[in-house]
Amino acid sequence: MNMLERFFRVIGSNTINRVWRLGFAARFFIALLAHSGETFRRPRLLLRELYASGVLSLIIILVSGLFVGLVLGLQGYDTLQRYGSSEALGILVALSLVRELGPVVAGLLFASRAGSSITAEVGLMKATEQLTAMDMMAVNPLARIIAPRFWGGVLSMPVLAALFTAAGIFGGWLIGVVFIGVDEGAFWAQMQANVNFVDDVCNGIIKSIVFGVAVSLIAVFEGFDAVPTAEGVSRAITRTVVTSALAILALDFVLTSFMFRGL
Amino acid sequence: MNRKVMDLWVGIFVVIGFAAVLFLALKVSNFSASSFATTYEVTAKFDNIGGLKVRGPVKSAGVVVGRVSAIRFDPQTYEAHVVLKIDSQYQFPRDTFASILTSGLLGEQYIGLDAGGDETMIPAGGTIAKTQSAIVLEKLISQFLFNKASEGKKDARAE
Repeated sequence: MNMLERFFRVIGSNTINRVWRLGFAARFFIALLAHSGETFRRPRLLLRELYASGVLSLIIILVSGLFVGLVLGLQGYDTLQRYGSSEALGILVALSLVRELGPVVAGLLFASRAGSSITAEVGLMKATEQLTAMDMMAVNPLARIIAPRFWGGVLSMPVLAALFTAAGIFGGWLIGVVFIGVDEGAFWAQMQANVNFVDDVCNGIIKSIVFGVAVSLIAVFEGFDAVPTAEGVSRAITRTVVTSALAILALDFVLTSFMFRGL
Repeated sequence: MNRKVMDLWVGIFVVIGFAAVLFLALKVSNFSASSFATTYEVTAKFDNIGGLKVRGPVKSAGVVVGRVSAIRFDPQTYEAHVVLKIDSQYQFPRDTFASILTSGLLGEQYIGLDAGGDETMIPAGGTIAKTQSAIVLEKLISQFLFNKASEGKKDARAE
């Protein structure tokens, strides 16, 4: 009986804890938005974060995009040529990258490359009491530390997703046209005829913006909320990557069901 | 890191980001083709539109001159009303013939416009009177089979 009681107690306290954290995260988000003014008044702060989360993620994003495109080209060609429609390779590569793979895979990579480093940085600042020290010097850490990192992530994510998509389409072209020998004109013409700018490209960009907000918010929040010990920071980093991945995939399903209904 | 170098890298990052979006807009999607400067609307009534979809192309002599902007069902006449948006630099005579055609054997369906010889042009908001419905494969096959069957009977009588 005692064990059963303890079992329910653990479930209950975990549930309450999660709901409490969710409420705290929402309050944190609103406070973060309220203190964002300084980030845009002092572009130097923002520029540093754009460099840290955008420029430093370039290599992994471009190389992964290229390889995803190469694989899509090979797999797509293998399937399409069974039905004698290998010219449709361009549509397959472009639509799957623009609509889904571009924003989602770039978001996952961004969470593990930039999100984890933001959490580590903020969490370590908290563990070494730098955030408290700032507060003592009447510098609001939310405006000085958190907001620039958040906006740096939000602004660089759509750019990275667009680059991932472009690199992937280049990879598909490389395999399809250069190595296998699909007709180049048909490859681009079919792609252009079937990819719509508003419905496909813009929706992909909207997705990447939403993922950018989600990943950046999770990263700064987990860092800010980390238990200020070495173990606590390492747990916070793990939580950032796991929660971001789940958030991206869940949000992707919700957004897709709004955007693409097959009309 | 030196501030100047960091600024340069962020600048490069933004520039190649814009280049990627431009590439997606102009080379990958139909951003340049789909936005005709000014268009006018013309309605055409069809008995059967087959698999025609909104945003499908309207072609004349094989050149895209417009797009399908809306498809409605008229409950009074039981016909399909198809609204076409045609680029205003192209004018078509009143007796233009609109038919629903298929590109390739199983490809997408589009509206083909065959210009007539009338001297007055279709005004904006006008209707195309002469139309031909989509060819439904099942009907075509059953027609063919009926013809074959009746031919067989004729041959049998002649003998």
